[in-house]
Amino acid sequence: MSGLVYTRFELRRTFRNRRFLFFSLGFPIALYFLIAGPNRGDRDFGGSGLAAPLYYMVALAGFGTMMGMVSTGARIAGERQLGWTRQLRVTPLPAAAYLRAKIATAYALAGASVGALYLAGAALGVSIPPGRWLEMTALIAVALLPFAALGIFLGHLLNVDSIGPATGGTVTLLAFVGGTWFPVTGGVLHAIGQFVPSYWLVRAAHVALGGGAWGGEGWAVVGGWTAVLSAAARWSYRRDTARQ
Amino acid sequence: MLQTGQLIRDLTVRELVTLFASLYPRPLPVEEALRLAGLESFAEQRTQKLSGGEAQRARFALALVTDPELLVLDEPTVAMDVESRHAFWSAMRECASRGKTVLFATHYLDEADANADRIVVMAHGRVVVDGPPTAVKARVGTRTIRATLPGVEEAELEALPGVRSVTRHGDSVALVCADSDGALRALLAAYPPARDVEVAGAGLEEAFLELTRSS
Repeated sequence: MSGLVYTRFELRRTFRNRRFLFFSLGFPIALYFLIAGPNRGDRDFGGSGLAAPLYYMVALAGFGTMMGMVSTGARIAGERQLGWTRQLRVTPLPAAAYLRAKIATAYALAGASVGALYLAGAALGVSIPPGRWLEMTALIAVALLPFAALGIFLGHLLNVDSIGPATGGTVTLLAFVGGTWFPVTGGVLHAIGQFVPSYWLVRAAHVALGGGAWGGEGWAVVGGWTAVLSAAARWSYRRDTARQ
Repeated sequence: MLQTGQLIRDLTVRELVTLFASLYPRPLPVEEALRLAGLESFAEQRTQKLSGGEAQRARFALALVTDPELLVLDEPTVAMDVESRHAFWSAMRECASRGKTVLFATHYLDEADANADRIVVMAHGRVVVDGPPTAVKARVGTRTIRATLPGVEEAELEALPGVRSVTRHGDSVALVCADSDGALRALLAAYPPARDVEVAGAGLEEAFLELTRSS
């Protein structure tokens, strides 16, 4: 399976890039201790029903992994500029295998980021049953699907210069509306928030309270965005490869 | 093998070649591709640390490891230093001796002259010559006489039989001749002080200029 070997080397490359790892994994952790640390005694943070360390653990895990997923786009844009994607196109490697390798790598990185945040959360006293940890992780993984598609969409649409501001801006905005920085419980923000996938990413924390964290609404929003952004990613990918 | 296009970073040369080998059904052994491209000593080097010539050799190794029947090379030696270029052409000859076909485009005509079995010269989108290097050069039909000969006007030399054109650089003159034998006899008879006389066939470069200009 040529795709598997490609994925293996892609993983190896990514985890060798120390600066990339440092910023991808380090930022959410630093933010976590800065924001959740001072509020660690708050048992019902901002009316969310969750303790502040738990709330921010999931919120910042969501932020870090959203960023990581979308930064796949920056890596694609970079490889397009290098001429690497063009080089690959003369090989028998199917284009889908290239994208699969990119997504698998992004998920591996997300896994590392989530794991690091869980450890940081445990350090601030977050304690939930093992089954709930797993369920929470699974929900985060599902909620990241639209962001993986968004990364591919932007990576084939934009060039290296414009993709940084575009992804940075998009993620910051989605994080804000989705409740990464403070719970979104009412008002206009809540009305908008429910329709963005980042809101449901942060909502995964509610697993800790027991019962379904999402409900039909959450699945519909995440599923809808995944479908729309996947179609957009396919479109920008085709457009980009047709031009060369 | 592409002339442009950089290599992805954070992999060693060996890993990159291994990666490429994995994409093809019947690749060459990785070690052999590295050896052919003269990359043994850089095999553990990260791709972002390679010089231009080394990177070009790495791209060459990527092309070789796929073990193609036909290798298409677009100006393969452009960024290479003398040593890389030498290694490159000996690898190419080894490829050809195994029955592979190597097709390359180049602006370095001495490379084509030294390495190609067959040369196709194109001008304005049309093939003007197609044949072995000797045939291409023979098509020009001129030879050049060079000699040290101070104090003689170019116009006087151009009047000699068989001479087509004359250029002078300091004391040395170069006579491009349609009939070099006749011109040489006439030159030595008319100007006994002429010394350091050389007669040379047209180089491939002159042939190329001649052929592309006249078409």
